[in-house]
This record gives sequence, C-alpha cells and structure tokens, in this order.
Amino acid sequence: MSNVQIMTGNSAAAWGARLSKVQVVSAYPITPSTSVTETIANWVERGELKAEYVRVESEHSVMTVCVSASTVGARVFTSTSSHGLLYMHEQLHWAAGSRLPIVLCCVNRGVGAPWSIFNDQQDSIAQRDTGWIQIYCRDNQEIIDTVIQAYRIAEQVYCPVMVCYDGFVLSHTMMPVEIPDAEKVCEFLPPYKPHTILSPEDPRNINPVIFPWQRRDAEGVLRDGYMDMRWKLQHALEGSRDVIVHTCRDYAELFGRDHGGMLWSYRADDAEVLLAGMGSLATEATMAADLLREGGIRAGVVGIRVYRPFPREEIREAFRNIPAIVIFEKNISYGYEGALCADIKAALYGTGIQTPVHNYIAGLGGRDVKATELAEATRSSLAAIAAGKKEQQTWLNCVTEL
Amino acid sequence: MPEKLFKVNSEEYILPGNRACSGCGLSIAYRYVLKALRENTILTLPASCLTVLHGLYPITSVGIPCLNCTFASTAASASGLVAGLAAMNRSDITVVAIAGDGGTFDIGIQALSGAAERGTDFIFVCYDNEGYMNTGTQRSSATPMGALTTTTPVLTKQQNKKDMMKIMEGHDIPYLATCSPAFPIDLYDKFVKAKRIKGTRYVQIATPCPPGWVFPPKDTVKIGRLAVETGITVLYEIENGKFRFTGRSKTLAEKGTRAPVVNFVEKQGRYKKMSMEQLGQFQRWVDGKWNEYLRRAEA
Amino acid sequence: MEIKDDNISAMCKPSIGEAGKTGDWRDATPVIDHGKCIASVKNRPACYLCWLYCPEGIVKAGIPIEIDLNYCKGCGICAEECPARAITMVMHEEVKK
Repeated sequence: MSNVQIMTGNSAAAWGARLSKVQVVSAYPITPSTSVTETIANWVERGELKAEYVRVESEHSVMTVCVSASTVGARVFTSTSSHGLLYMHEQLHWAAGSRLPIVLCCVNRGVGAPWSIFNDQQDSIAQRDTGWIQIYCRDNQEIIDTVIQAYRIAEQVYCPVMVCYDGFVLSHTMMPVEIPDAEKVCEFLPPYKPHTILSPEDPRNINPVIFPWQRRDAEGVLRDGYMDMRWKLQHALEGSRDVIVHTCRDYAELFGRDHGGMLWSYRADDAEVLLAGMGSLATEATMAADLLREGGIRAGVVGIRVYRPFPREEIREAFRNIPAIVIFEKNISYGYEGALCADIKAALYGTGIQTPVHNYIAGLGGRDVKATELAEATRSSLAAIAAGKKEQQTWLNCVTEL
Repeated sequence: MPEKLFKVNSEEYILPGNRACSGCGLSIAYRYVLKALRENTILTLPASCLTVLHGLYPITSVGIPCLNCTFASTAASASGLVAGLAAMNRSDITVVAIAGDGGTFDIGIQALSGAAERGTDFIFVCYDNEGYMNTGTQRSSATPMGALTTTTPVLTKQQNKKDMMKIMEGHDIPYLATCSPAFPIDLYDKFVKAKRIKGTRYVQIATPCPPGWVFPPKDTVKIGRLAVETGITVLYEIENGKFRFTGRSKTLAEKGTRAPVVNFVEKQGRYKKMSMEQLGQFQRWVDGKWNEYLRRAEA
Repeated sequence: MEIKDDNISAMCKPSIGEAGKTGDWRDATPVIDHGKCIASVKNRPACYLCWLYCPEGIVKAGIPIEIDLNYCKGCGICAEECPARAITMVMHEEVKK
C-alpha cells in the first residue's frame, strides 16, 4: 500500500527520524533546518512520537546531549545548519572519538562572515576531518530513505553519520515522497546495542585522558594509547564502505529504491566528459548532461553520494578511460581548491589516469546555479582542455577581478 | 566504626593511589559527596582537577560510573544522561554533574543556565577552588579580588568574586547549598538531602587548594575553617526560596563573632600583593554579603 | 600472544594505584603515638578526626588507628587536625639535608 505525500526535505528528514523510532531528540533552531525540529516537537507533544525532546540553549549543547544520551543506549537524532554545525564542531570530534551512532541531518547553508542564510556546502565539507560518515542526498525521497539507512550503518560500525541536503533547494521544496511502511522499517532496523558501558552495575570511567603510549591495566592487559584508538576510528570509517553498500542494497530489496551506494552515475557509459558533484548540484548536472547531449557532446554525470569515507575505488572505476572531468562544487578550501576536486585528484594519483580535471566553484552563499550554466561551463572546459589546459579553477557566474 | 560516630556511609568510593595533589581540598570533599550519593549514580565531568583525580586510561580511581565531557558542556552532558536514562526507563539513577569553578562560572555557565532553566532533574556540583587550578592557577571569575594568579601575576585580580549562587537562584530551582570540606558532615548531609529532591539542585563547595592559594598542604582544613570563621565562605541552603544558615555559619550568625578577613588573607601566598585598599574593599564586600544573608535569615 | 585492547573508546575500570604507589610522593611520614590517640586511650571508637579529614581515605579508623603508608601522600592534615597531637610528621633524612 503506497503512501506517497508531497513534502519538503525537512519533513522527509523528520519522518526518517520518526520511522527510526528515535528516543532522544535535541535540536536548536537555525535557518533552514528549523522546521525539522519543529515537526518533531509537534509529534512529541501530541504523543505521536515517543521521545525525550531536550530544548537546549545552543548547538554545542545539542551535540553534547546526543553524545551522553547515546552513551547510555538511546537512539538519538538532531538537525542543524551552517553556524549551528560550526558551533558544535568540538562535539562532532568528541562524538566520533566516542564511537557513537548519532545521526545528524545537516541542512547545507553557507557560513559567515558575512552572513548567508542560503545554500552552499561549506558547512558540512568543513567537518570532513571529524570522523563522521557523510552522505549527500539528491532529493527528498533520498533524505527519508538515507536517514533510516544511516541508523543501520551507524549502529553497525559505531560511527556517527551526517546526512546532508541542500538548504532551501531541498529543505523547503515540496516533492512527492513515499513514506516507508513503519513495520518494515522496524524489520530493517535492529535495536541499538551500545558498546559503551555507563551503569552502576559495572562502573567505568569513559573517555578521560589517554596517554600517547600504550599502558597496562590492573589485569595486565596492554591497552591502547591515543594513536591506536584513533587508528581504530580510521579503520572503522574505511570499513564502513562495505556496510554502506550492503545497507543500500538491502534497503533497495525491502523498499524498492536504490540510491546508489557510494556514488551513482548518469549516462556515463559512453561519456567523453564527466560532470561530478554532490547533492542537488549533481541533480542539476544531469539536466546539463542532457542539454550537452542534445548539442552533440556525450556528457555524463557522476554523483558522489558518500563523501566520507571517500569512495576511492568507485572514483577510480568511474573515471577510467574518460577524456575530461569537470567537477562542480559548492565549497572552497581557501588557499587551495574545492575539496571534492582535491579529493578526486588524490584518488586518481598512482592509477595512471592522466585525465584533465577542471574545478568549478559554484553557488556559494545560495547563488543560483542553472543547468544551462553547467553545460556552458563544460563546453568552455572542453575547449580549454583541447588547447592543453589540464587544470583550472573557475568561480562560476562570479566577479573574479578586483 | 567512624560511620557510627559521624553517621555517614562507611563506603569509600575513591581508591588510594590517585593523582590528586597532596592535601587536596577537593579530595576531602569528594569522599563525602560520593558517600552521600552512593552507588546508584552516574557522574559527568569536564576537563578539571577532578578529571585527573579520576585517572588516565585504562585505570580509574573512582568506583562510580563516569562520563567525561568537554569543558563547556558539563550541564548539557548531564541533560543528555537524564534524557537517555528516561528513554531507557532508568530514571531511578541519580545524574550528577561535577565541575570546577571554570566549568561552572565561566565556560560552563551557558549550558548550566540552560539545564537549570529547563528544570533538568540532576545535581550540579561546583567545587570552587577559585581559579583554573588544573592548568596551573589562571584566574577565573571565581577568583577573589586581590589574589595573584598566573594571568593576574602583577596587579592581582581586580574584580570581586562572581556571585554564582545568586545567578543560580535566578533560575527558580528547588535546592541550592554551599558547603566546605572543612565541615564534612554538613557537606554530607546536604548531599543526602539533595539526592532526594527532584529538579535542578545546585551545590557549591568552597574548596581550598594548597598549590593554587599558596599554603602548605597540612593547612587545607584549617584554611577552609578560617574561610567560614571570617564569613568569606558562608554555609547555607536555599530550599524552595527559603534561606537558612547551617552549621558553623548558623552559630556565627546567632553569636555575631566573625573573624576579620585579614586572618584568612595573611595565611596565603596568593594574597601577598593585595593592597590595603583591596583588603578594605574585600572586608566591606564580605560584610555586605553577610548582612544580606542575615536579613534573609530573619525574614 | 598479547591480548589486544577490545575497547573502541576509552573505557576505564576502577583499580587502586592509578598513579602508582603514591606513598613515594611524601617528604615526611606520619608517626602515631597510640599513647595519646584518644580512641586508643579510651579503647573505644572516638575522635577519628584523622579518618574524617584524610584526603586519601587511607586512615583505618580501628583501635588502634592505622595509616596505609603505601599510599599516604604525606600532606600532614591528620597531624595538624589531631586534637591530642598524637600524630607527628617526621621529615625524611634526604629532605632534611
């Protein structure tokens, strides 16, 4: 029995949390994520969602509440954007180091100064080193499905998951979304079994200072030093790749929707140029690819769905034998280049792939990005590549001189 | 045997061979805090002297479950424990946040105010040693006027101690109290009472610190006692808005024989640069607060 | 074969001596004169202020009282607070020099 409703991305995210039967929600209002938490508050106060709802006084406290509630075994959820995410940065590190399966929806928004309330991906990209799994959603259906998948992934690998989607573009745009059957979701999500022990029955001290070196405990067992513990987190992130792929496949079997695992491609098989991007920008790129094909250029798209762990193998496979690569992204690592471009180029290192890679910084602070612009940029890059320009950083539709 | 004499729980929850300083005022206080709270407790604490007392991985010196958290987040960490335990149907466990003055008055104040305003069902304990002692004695808003610290190394602290009790009172919470390790039974009784009350409970422990205040470790209890004798530390409770002196402070309030603050100040190296003017100001500040408490006690 | 650390985050178990034998820290050792100690003199539980104020909780409040010298940090609070002056902090020879 299909239950399709028209809803915003934020509603989809809230529904994902509701179906996942989250037990503790703590969130702080920030544009454009606020309605996620408002929707949940409504459900909790009406008794439609049985969860503890903690109306904390800042985002730093949001993530702190998530950490301690998750430590005692509760399934937790939160959402935020931009400066809210930045404010909890310290706690993002803490959550990952604590190995807690927290799920956070980041409704992507630009960061100040000066203020922007509009969409770009600088906020979540800037958190890529924290040890969180990051998944970028293309549309509202993917949001609800990914939040549910996120709990299964997180609780299996004991790493927190950030489900990212573009502010206003997805968060406030209504699309048809099929709400998965609640019982099927219960079947899909086993209960959360914490690895943390915080209980009077077995008193432990969790996450105090750890030495640089290994140290024996009272029973003579040689316990980790800081770096060994950190290697475990890296190992878990890298290992989560398989879990993400299987989870996506299992979800597809049960619910009939496959969002592509680590990355998806569109008209890429015979492509002479591949456009790459994340989130709604990648969706826009599919329209650009169609336009280019109408004009005789065999364009395709690679949409990176999972940014961390970085899909090294999938990228190498996707970009093999492709004459030109054009990467569009809504972020910049100041003093260098777009983070996605830098990571893709690094993944190609040592493989013998010599393809020119052009980087386009687009849509910062919510500047509109049209498919026609992406197509035009691609044409321009193809010309530059033919003239021998292997690398290029262009800021799309932007004043680039003083 | 001493438990019958003093009417306290005989269990010791802090194991010997821990990293607290020799003569640490917090160590004395903490013994009685934990004796009062007993096993059915979960603690959360930020970066502070207590983190060090609790020990480094993989061994802990304390036999009560504890969750470490970042410096600013203690009360929020407790809020998450309360919510998580409620979700797991374990609300019978007492959640206790315990932070130093830095983690309470300064960096921790926002989260604490939020948790108290929400009426979070937990106990927040501040052990106030009047500075950031774990990192070597930097000034906090709890440092009294005239004291030397490494960040007020020449001119001394210029401002009076922040009245955190007044700030917490502004949150409409059912129980607040001050106490001191120099009067451990008064401290113990307050924690036994606090454990039974529902809602946000705030307890502040006036904690002498030998290295930070610069006095020999053998004098920790003596200094703590002198703080109460002079009225610098006042032992009281505010239960549902009603103020009440307790213990030695009650006796002093009734007999009116506080010692002059100079008796306290002259025993500590941190006051060696205190000017006569500052001393006078300090005496007037202590007198002013004391008189305010007297008025409240009479009301 | 060395057992590996199975913790994925830092979870500690309680044990005595986290900082080692902290008795090593002290410059002076408490010496008890049981002829003056009130509990010993009265031969019943009495006073025990040393037990009350010990920051380490290593005074055994029996008859006679005992101090665990493995872990006594030598703060001297017990000596300072004893109303019968039954405890003396005896400075170690190396320190006296």
